[in-house]
Amino acid sequence: MEKITVIPPSTTIDRRLGLNLLYQMMLIRRFEEKSAELYTKSKIRGFLHLYIGEEAVAVGVIQALTAEDNVLATYREHGHALARGMDAGVIMAEMYGKMEGCCRGRGGSMHLFDVGKRFFGGNAIVAGHLPMSVGMALASKKLKKSNITCCFFGEGAAAEGEFHESMNLAALWNVPLLMVCENNLYAMGTAIRYSHAVQELEKKGAAYGIESAAVNGMDVLEVEKAARAAVEKVRSTGKPFFLVCNTYRFRAHSMFDAELYREKSEVEEWKKQDPIPALRTKLMELQLITNNDIGSLEQKIENEVQQAVDFAEKGTLEPLEQLTRFVYSGPG
Amino acid sequence: MNAGNDHIKLTYREALKQAIREALSKDDRVFLMGEDVGRYGGSFAVTKGLLQEFGPERIMDVPLSESGFVGAGIGAALSGLRPVVEVMTVNFSLLAMDQIVNNAATLLYMSGGQLNVPVVIRMSTGLGRQLAAQHSHSWEPMYAHIPGLIVLSAGTHGDARGMLLTALQSPDPVIIFEYTAMMNLEGTLPGHPETVNITKAGIIKEGKDISVITYGAGVYKSLDAANELSGSGIDAEVIDLRVLRPMDMETVFNSVKKTHRALLVEDAWGSVNIGAEVSARIMENVFYDLDAPVQRLCGAEVPMPYPKHMEDASVPQKEDIVAKLKKMLQHG
Ligand SMILES: Cc1ncc(C[n+]2csc(CCOP(=O)(O)OP(=O)(O)O)c2C)c(N)n1
Repeated sequence: MEKITVIPPSTTIDRRLGLNLLYQMMLIRRFEEKSAELYTKSKIRGFLHLYIGEEAVAVGVIQALTAEDNVLATYREHGHALARGMDAGVIMAEMYGKMEGCCRGRGGSMHLFDVGKRFFGGNAIVAGHLPMSVGMALASKKLKKSNITCCFFGEGAAAEGEFHESMNLAALWNVPLLMVCENNLYAMGTAIRYSHAVQELEKKGAAYGIESAAVNGMDVLEVEKAARAAVEKVRSTGKPFFLVCNTYRFRAHSMFDAELYREKSEVEEWKKQDPIPALRTKLMELQLITNNDIGSLEQKIENEVQQAVDFAEKGTLEPLEQLTRFVYSGPG
Repeated sequence: MNAGNDHIKLTYREALKQAIREALSKDDRVFLMGEDVGRYGGSFAVTKGLLQEFGPERIMDVPLSESGFVGAGIGAALSGLRPVVEVMTVNFSLLAMDQIVNNAATLLYMSGGQLNVPVVIRMSTGLGRQLAAQHSHSWEPMYAHIPGLIVLSAGTHGDARGMLLTALQSPDPVIIFEYTAMMNLEGTLPGHPETVNITKAGIIKEGKDISVITYGAGVYKSLDAANELSGSGIDAEVIDLRVLRPMDMETVFNSVKKTHRALLVEDAWGSVNIGAEVSARIMENVFYDLDAPVQRLCGAEVPMPYPKHMEDASVPQKEDIVAKLKKMLQHG
């Protein structure tokens, strides 16, 4: 049996790290609140999946990676993109469908890519990116590179065959892959009890011989600590690791969801664990930050989000003559 | 229509729902399985309320496991049930393609006629609202390629409500394509659901100058174009293929023999699509009845881009059909 590590709660934190984590989570929150607002104004179209409530997962895990590591995510990836250091304006422009967006506006909210940041989507077929993440990790191994690959996906995705095939391949080939399952308890309207016979997802690692851990995904410090330990293991052993982050989505699945499948009271109960006030309170209690710090963070973020919107507004549309460009690599 | 079956106004979504309700009421062997068909209320709200009405044995929410649950539907059909399997959208049906092609379509033939597979697989298809490259596919041609399947396209309200009921009487596997973009569209139908023929193409509008042959999202677009042109002295006939496999060529040939011209319209990519097949069969069978070359309007051969202006440019619009028809008749 592979072991299931139980991660002890975090103990050490300094002002710099605390402020940085808080800033990232608050930026994601504000950016997405703004996005929702812009959606209702029809500035953003298509599907828009908000990450609100789950920020601690992307922020905590990505914090533990280096700039050389590969990151793959789902269609609910604004948070991951921002945590990876992608510019808010470029993301917003993408959601506006403007040329100045990270993918020339061709992808929209569900398809954010930035090769410079080694951020590989933005993948909207559930579990479709898992096999690719195995391949990216395999390439690192074959090319004798020291970088690892980190792949985010939901608990719904863990029911797909591609999850199971990827887990087996990753273990079989011993590749440096960190599989991060964001268990927010619902796949659209399907609660985990209706999609998984075994709901303690971390147990699934053992079947493939993959070391696994589960962590409270509402606590960014715990996530960060667990991720750091997992990344360390993957890097030093070259083997995969399966990290389950238990979390909750505060908003609807997408902008088209009437949320018939869960009680409002359940959502309210989870909101008490909101990772942002939790971290803020903790940092205040430890006297690492003051109210002034919060005020200036809020101001900074407000400006950043406003600048992102201005940038997107001023952006241009790709000329129709370029419709067929990039279907193939040659001149088009 | 029948006496006592007064006409009602209803949306395409409502038409689909009435069909499912009628099918469940009429036959105990029928059950619906699919992602989020129950508690969520259906991803396009087609099945909203049916779980409450029929219970979880007949409205089965399934995990994200397309290959698994489509295969299970095929197995249940082999064992005496009449499953209606909903694949949320055609985009995700690729994960189930092996089950559909290698099992559903093949078992009768491969077993020397022993095994019937009376499964009905419904999936929504086509572009919706700027859903970009992974969520906007039109893969009717791919399914129409496969011997052993009956492939239906519900391009009208009548077919949205009628096709399922007839399909359930088929001893062979039936795929029904439903159109995402048409869900909110209103139409008029008799009060009670009735079965429809699923072997013949339909003449949506009679005309003498040119045959517009289409299906799915092309039907109402072509009809609008034809109606617009009737004012300027062009009398176009509009044919909805309806059955993409096995195709009813008799209706098409008779129309071409009458009008001597044909325009084929569809959203799917041009190469190797339905129009290519229809065009070839026209050449093979009624070439000498033509006064001009057969022409096609198809989807641009690009993964669907997100921005509205580029999405619109990627599939034939009513204006394109109008312009093309005018041109074809001037140059005849
Ligand atoms: C293969 C596939 N099937 C269905 C869908 C439709 N769909 C999009 S998101 C989703 C739920 C996914 O849930 P989960 O993996 O838990 O991630 P979450 O959305 O909760 O972050 C579904 C069913 C899809 N995009 N891809």
